[in-house]
Amino acid sequence: MNVTLIDYGAGNVPSVERALRRLGANVETTNLPEKLARARCLVLPGVGHCAALIGALDARSLRQPLIEAIGRGAAFLGICLGLQALYESSEEAPDLRGLGLLPGRVTRLPENVKLPHMGWNTLKTIRATRLLDSVPFGAYFYFAHSFAAPAEGKERAAVSEHGREFIAVIEQENICAVQFHPEKSGEAGAQVLRNFLRAAA
Amino acid sequence: MSLARRIIPCLDTDGARVVKGVHFEGLRDAGDPVELAARYNAEGADELVVLDIAAARDNRPTFLDTIRRVAEELAIPLTAGGGIRSLEAARAVVRAGADKITVNTAAVERPELLSELSAEFGAQAVVLAIDAKREAGGWQVRIRGGREATSLNAKEWAQRGVELGAGEILLTSVDRDGTQSGFDTELTAAISNGVSVPVIASGGAKLPAHFLEVFTRGAANAALAASIFHDQVQSIRALKEFLRGNGVEVRLPC
Repeated sequence: MNVTLIDYGAGNVPSVERALRRLGANVETTNLPEKLARARCLVLPGVGHCAALIGALDARSLRQPLIEAIGRGAAFLGICLGLQALYESSEEAPDLRGLGLLPGRVTRLPENVKLPHMGWNTLKTIRATRLLDSVPFGAYFYFAHSFAAPAEGKERAAVSEHGREFIAVIEQENICAVQFHPEKSGEAGAQVLRNFLRAAA
Repeated sequence: MSLARRIIPCLDTDGARVVKGVHFEGLRDAGDPVELAARYNAEGADELVVLDIAAARDNRPTFLDTIRRVAEELAIPLTAGGGIRSLEAARAVVRAGADKITVNTAAVERPELLSELSAEFGAQAVVLAIDAKREAGGWQVRIRGGREATSLNAKEWAQRGVELGAGEILLTSVDRDGTQSGFDTELTAAISNGVSVPVIASGGAKLPAHFLEVFTRGAANAALAASIFHDQVQSIRALKEFLRGNGVEVRLPC
């Protein structure tokens, strides 16, 4: 499986690359628009501030080829900020436009819990998906974020909760995304990546 | 759905080998970091911390190579630190495979370092390590591996560190470190209840009951230990089973 891993300078690119390689994927790491334009399977990792991701996508002219690739049916997996970027906007960077592939806004988790939401949490599955196939009930995944997607929407496949519910797994046609870090989530995370690669093949 | 409490083994290294000592002194060899990392990854550790405790003396390339080789073994988050004094040094550690950076003395000496790291990597990647020693009416911040006193109060420094951009506090009791007499739960509760970010308790762990106490009375979000795991005095799985049996939510790997 050939995977195009979008490298805009995010800290977790090497570990995502390592995790995909362990599963036998042939990974090409790139920040070139022409590579995105030709890609059949795209992974957008991300961690940190969403302005860094959106800013880098625009600075490197990656926004359009990415949206077009998803539009023509390329398999897509967004990780952490790569999930949040799919929405129209984020409270974390109110002046920037998200990719706008999903309606709604990313907002900060409530102040009555410790932030960042850091550590291992479980999911509540809303509907059956390829992404969570063979993942044991009650499996834990590693999260590290303070902003999160809405709790509802037709893209929603599973939610998690920290102060409020938020969409943690998206599967809508060729768009897949997870708020947690599958590359850091032990065997459960590896299974999610395996499922993505299988569905993309 | 709720967030599990984390168990974090810590590898204190001299750059290349895992070492250990009591009260930060009298170091002796405790194994190969890559072998230990692989074991903890398989045993259900929630995260791993790797520190270069000889950073001031030894050369960095050795430690960066250790991080690289440790990261290769892990499917869990990796925090690295020891002697990180600049954004450039932090970048090298992140590029080598660390998910989070921990800073201690350098942040006390130049607090803006926390803001610089947070702006570049995000608060979730910035761990402020605080070595605290009990004094009349509170806890004093110590630096240089606990050897040197400062005028900072640990609770105030933790709060200021969070304002500056730290996303987590790694709190070590200098009084308890290496004693295996239990965490300083009073210290941990004082800091954890005083900041908005997660707190990792460290120093003094031996028995499963120590962990239970620091997660309940101590309000810790995570607990860190070194030698009891290295010497196989305590298995991570048995520890987690004990905690779950006592009502603490932990992640038991399948």
